[in-house]
Amino acid sequence: MRKLLFCAFVLMCFTAQFTEAATPKDTLVMAFKIDDIISLDPAEIFEFSGAEYTANTYDRLINYDVDKVSDIYGGVAESWTTSDDGLTFVFKIRPGITFASGNTLSAEDVVFSLKRVILLNKSPAFILSQFGFTPENIDKTIVKVDDNTVKLVIDKAYAPTFLLYCLTSTVGSVVDMKEVMAHEKDGDMGYNWLKTAYAGSGPYKLKSWKPSETLILDSNTKYWGHKSELKRVIIRHITESSTQRLLLEKGDIDIARNLGPDDIKGVAGNADIKIRSRAKGAIWYLGLNQKNKYLRLPQVRQAFKYLIDYKGMEQTILNGKATVHQSFLPEGFLGASAETPFTLDVAKAKALLKEVGLEKGFTVTMDTRNNEPTTSMALAIQATLAQAGIKLEIIPGEGKQTLTKYRARTHDIYIGRWGPDYMDPHTNADTFARNPDNSDGAKANPLAWRNAWDIPEMTKKTDAALLEKDTGKRAQMYMELQREHQQVSPFVIMFQEIEIMASRANVKGFVLGPAYDSNFYQYTTK
Amino acid sequence: MSSTRRWQHWLLSDSPASPFQAAAGRTYLGLAEFLKNRLAVFGLLIIAALILIAFFAPYIAPCDPLVTNLVNRLQPLSAAHYFGTDEVGRDIFSRIVWGSRLTLYVIGLVAIIAAPVGIIIGTVSGYFGGLIDTILMRITDIFLAFPKLILALAFVAALGPGIENAVIAIAITSWPPYARIARGETITIRNGDFIKAIRLQGAGPIRIITGHIMPLCISSLIVRITLDMAGIILTAAGLGFLGLGAQPPSPEWGAMTSTGRAYIIDHWWLITMPGTAIFVVSLAFNLLGDGLREVLDPKSDN
Amino acid sequence: MLQLFTIRRVKKATHQTVRLLIMVAITFFGLLFITFLIGRVVPIDPVLAVVGDKASPEVYQQARLAMGLDLPVWRQFFIYMGSVLHGDLGTSVLTAKPVLQDILRVFPATLELAVIATCIGIFVGIPLGVFSAVKRGSFLDHITRVIGLLGYSLPIFWLGLLALIVFYAKLDLLPGPGRIDVFYEDIVDPVTGIMLIDCIIAREWDIFWNALAHIIMPATLLGYYSMAYLSRMTRSFMIEQLRQEYILTARVKGVAEWRVIWGHALGNCAIPLITVVALSFGTLLEGSVLTETVFAWPGLGLYLTKSLLNADMNSVLGSTIVVGTIFLGVNLFSDFLYKVLDPRAR
Repeated sequence: MRKLLFCAFVLMCFTAQFTEAATPKDTLVMAFKIDDIISLDPAEIFEFSGAEYTANTYDRLINYDVDKVSDIYGGVAESWTTSDDGLTFVFKIRPGITFASGNTLSAEDVVFSLKRVILLNKSPAFILSQFGFTPENIDKTIVKVDDNTVKLVIDKAYAPTFLLYCLTSTVGSVVDMKEVMAHEKDGDMGYNWLKTAYAGSGPYKLKSWKPSETLILDSNTKYWGHKSELKRVIIRHITESSTQRLLLEKGDIDIARNLGPDDIKGVAGNADIKIRSRAKGAIWYLGLNQKNKYLRLPQVRQAFKYLIDYKGMEQTILNGKATVHQSFLPEGFLGASAETPFTLDVAKAKALLKEVGLEKGFTVTMDTRNNEPTTSMALAIQATLAQAGIKLEIIPGEGKQTLTKYRARTHDIYIGRWGPDYMDPHTNADTFARNPDNSDGAKANPLAWRNAWDIPEMTKKTDAALLEKDTGKRAQMYMELQREHQQVSPFVIMFQEIEIMASRANVKGFVLGPAYDSNFYQYTTK
Repeated sequence: MSSTRRWQHWLLSDSPASPFQAAAGRTYLGLAEFLKNRLAVFGLLIIAALILIAFFAPYIAPCDPLVTNLVNRLQPLSAAHYFGTDEVGRDIFSRIVWGSRLTLYVIGLVAIIAAPVGIIIGTVSGYFGGLIDTILMRITDIFLAFPKLILALAFVAALGPGIENAVIAIAITSWPPYARIARGETITIRNGDFIKAIRLQGAGPIRIITGHIMPLCISSLIVRITLDMAGIILTAAGLGFLGLGAQPPSPEWGAMTSTGRAYIIDHWWLITMPGTAIFVVSLAFNLLGDGLREVLDPKSDN
Repeated sequence: MLQLFTIRRVKKATHQTVRLLIMVAITFFGLLFITFLIGRVVPIDPVLAVVGDKASPEVYQQARLAMGLDLPVWRQFFIYMGSVLHGDLGTSVLTAKPVLQDILRVFPATLELAVIATCIGIFVGIPLGVFSAVKRGSFLDHITRVIGLLGYSLPIFWLGLLALIVFYAKLDLLPGPGRIDVFYEDIVDPVTGIMLIDCIIAREWDIFWNALAHIIMPATLLGYYSMAYLSRMTRSFMIEQLRQEYILTARVKGVAEWRVIWGHALGNCAIPLITVVALSFGTLLEGSVLTETVFAWPGLGLYLTKSLLNADMNSVLGSTIVVGTIFLGVNLFSDFLYKVLDPRAR
């Protein structure tokens, strides 16, 4: 036994020296939840960390300024012109771009990439197909004019920035046609290959991806723009905030991306660690199902909005990870409203409930994802609702399970987080304030539909805003829409998400943009 | 002779006058043997305490286990909160006290579901033998072919997370050993003379199994179930820890440990308290099980 | 006569083997049936799991047909069975790769952990059990008993978390979670998938030491549980053996005490101990689910947990089938050894 202890002691002394490691000089080591990546194909990627991957490994047709989203500038498309009727867009392709494979990027690759999105028809395809592109018409609507020119013809004269913002999203990424088609099998346009492989021209190229484990990127020496400062980026999937914090404090990683509020507080005093934050587009809200006999009453909906402890949650369980926000457009979007008319006001809520004879309260359920901070938020909401006599039963469930119920409209209340799909305000207006068909068998399932909120009038207003050409006027229309929505909708919009990143003090130049597809690694030094 | 002495004499009599006296004597000897095992008694006391705590939870717990108080979150141990408060300001001591009900609920329900299933399958299989035996034992083997926790995980995945589903999943995975034991006992009993006698009196198989075989299997099953209790508690806690057992806000100890994990660096009490509770209770069941085994099954020497 | 006897024995052995194989086949069929049933009753829309929340109705329908969900259930079962027998466990939603490929990638990590843990169990647990059987009631015997009791009573995930905090966060003696430090990721080619061996093949000594340091904590933790079990079983087997007459005979004959204990008695325990070791190996696969979650160890346990939490049913059922099959295999193997080694079982 004594011998055993001795051996253990020796072993420990011996291993101790290996724990004193620092990350290599030319490598950025990052802990980040990447288990949402299910594909590396830009025509399919639709998740936060997947979007960040494409942003750093592919070039998109158009980019926006991360500090001023209204400024759009060319990426692969050097410049563009719009026809007077607003239906035809002509893009000039930037010369001299080569893919990591060595192939030259031309108009052909651009046309191929866009057509591919439509033909594969994966989850994000609607971002392009909402302009009327279909497999039948793409040969006429997405056209190569010459090696440096591409023409797009859309179905309606939308606000001109609508298409441009849609092209700044992941589906606007240009893939290497020769490389992709070399791996085509059974007419899949290389889909089964590109799902786990890479064919782009961005500042970094893929070295390896082990799903839910690691994602490793290497510098692309052929990149046409600002070449990456660090040779390699290693992203390790780590779920627990406390583990990320430990690794960061020990210097085993350079950046921790998913620290929880309490761990952020915990590292705040550490001189070796600095913290940066940036508001992101995701919004936290409650969806009140209008099929529920209590929730359909306007007074009850209104009462809910007064029964949320916005400030309390912001300061405690969310602590810097979100800010109070009560309209459907997140800050940073055209026409976003920053008005916050609601605060916790139990007396007012009680009065509202009394108007409809519910002063004794009632019981409702809330489907809640079993993760943080959703669970803590649900508990806090449960506590404040109880003050007005409303008994909230939390039904915890795994994400896809709650979502299945939500989409079947069998929930009472759903606590959700909604992220915009592209930087144009229509992305959120489309889902929160538009419901063209409220029948159970409807084809489109926007959030308004999921909560069975029938709004023919508001749908018209939303459509009108999309067609408005004058940007100032359009912003005004969205402002009004949000103001009305805030008061009448069955959505209790509570917070806008803030991304907080903790890094070692020597890490500089990491670009945190307003969306995950505008977080850039290439300027990072250490 | 004092009255205690007299009782002892009556109990230990070499020639008991009635079957009752004989039974009482045996029980007394077993009890005396059991009481000599101080650790087992200790285990029994802890379990008794657990049951009392669970029963009187509303009187013992100073706070409501579910009421959140965001201002008071993550408070260290103090006179107001013996075990501190958790991430939404709930009193951990109260949660552990109420959690004892969930623990009892889980083990109780598993025992109520798994034991009868095991005993029925085992006795039927052992009594009839032949094809029925082969089929039933095959099914038992199929369930035994899976590691317990993994099969429970798969079931929970199918049924959805939740404490009831965790109980069902654990029960589904714990009956096979009981069936095996019951079958073994049945095979040794079924050809006994007294069973033959009953059969000659015209009793049907159902009566023989339920009336005469099952009661005889029960004592060995009880030992086995007691020994399994610790394992059941640990499995339930493990499921809770993985987020597949009891769901928030219910004060299940494994789930509490799981939540506490996020605060492990600065707020040690969030994970230490429920973890200790799990440990103490499963230790108690192990001690008790060991003690019972020594008394009821003197062959094994542990 | 001798020849006849051998032929009979071969015949008997063949008969037994065929019988055993049929049994295994039936068990395996049952295993598939159970996993299939589980997959059917999930309250999650399997199509949604594949296409995501924002897919259009056409995409949804297309995926549904591709998954064969419009066929009758019994046909789905036969299709399922056929593909499992061909090694096709479906495609994981989480990783977009065939489940079998995923499992082959992650399993070596679990195997590495389980083998080292079993070694700890054997080389520490068995001697401990022997010593405490020989010196019953001694201090060492009490220690063994306490180790056993703690092993049966401590929640493994909790002990793991405490170990991580003490040895990594506070004392800084051992490295943290993961198989190697993050920046060493993907340098060594996975030839065998077992990190320590791969490092030796690649002659990456720095990474080898790093990987070794990383495995100490999880392997010791798992090994502790194996040790608790093995020492307890060894002790009771040994006590039984030491009571036998032949031990007395040997002692009377003047055979050295250490030979009596380590040779005669332990030798006779070897056969039941093999079964126990096999069983404990199976339990370790189970324990690895929780240990891997605590130590972010990218093995089968972590894969299973992640799949569960993401309702990735193909992966969950695939892992269950694989673990079940391994379990079956290990039990079969120990049965086989038992038959070969034990003269009575012949």
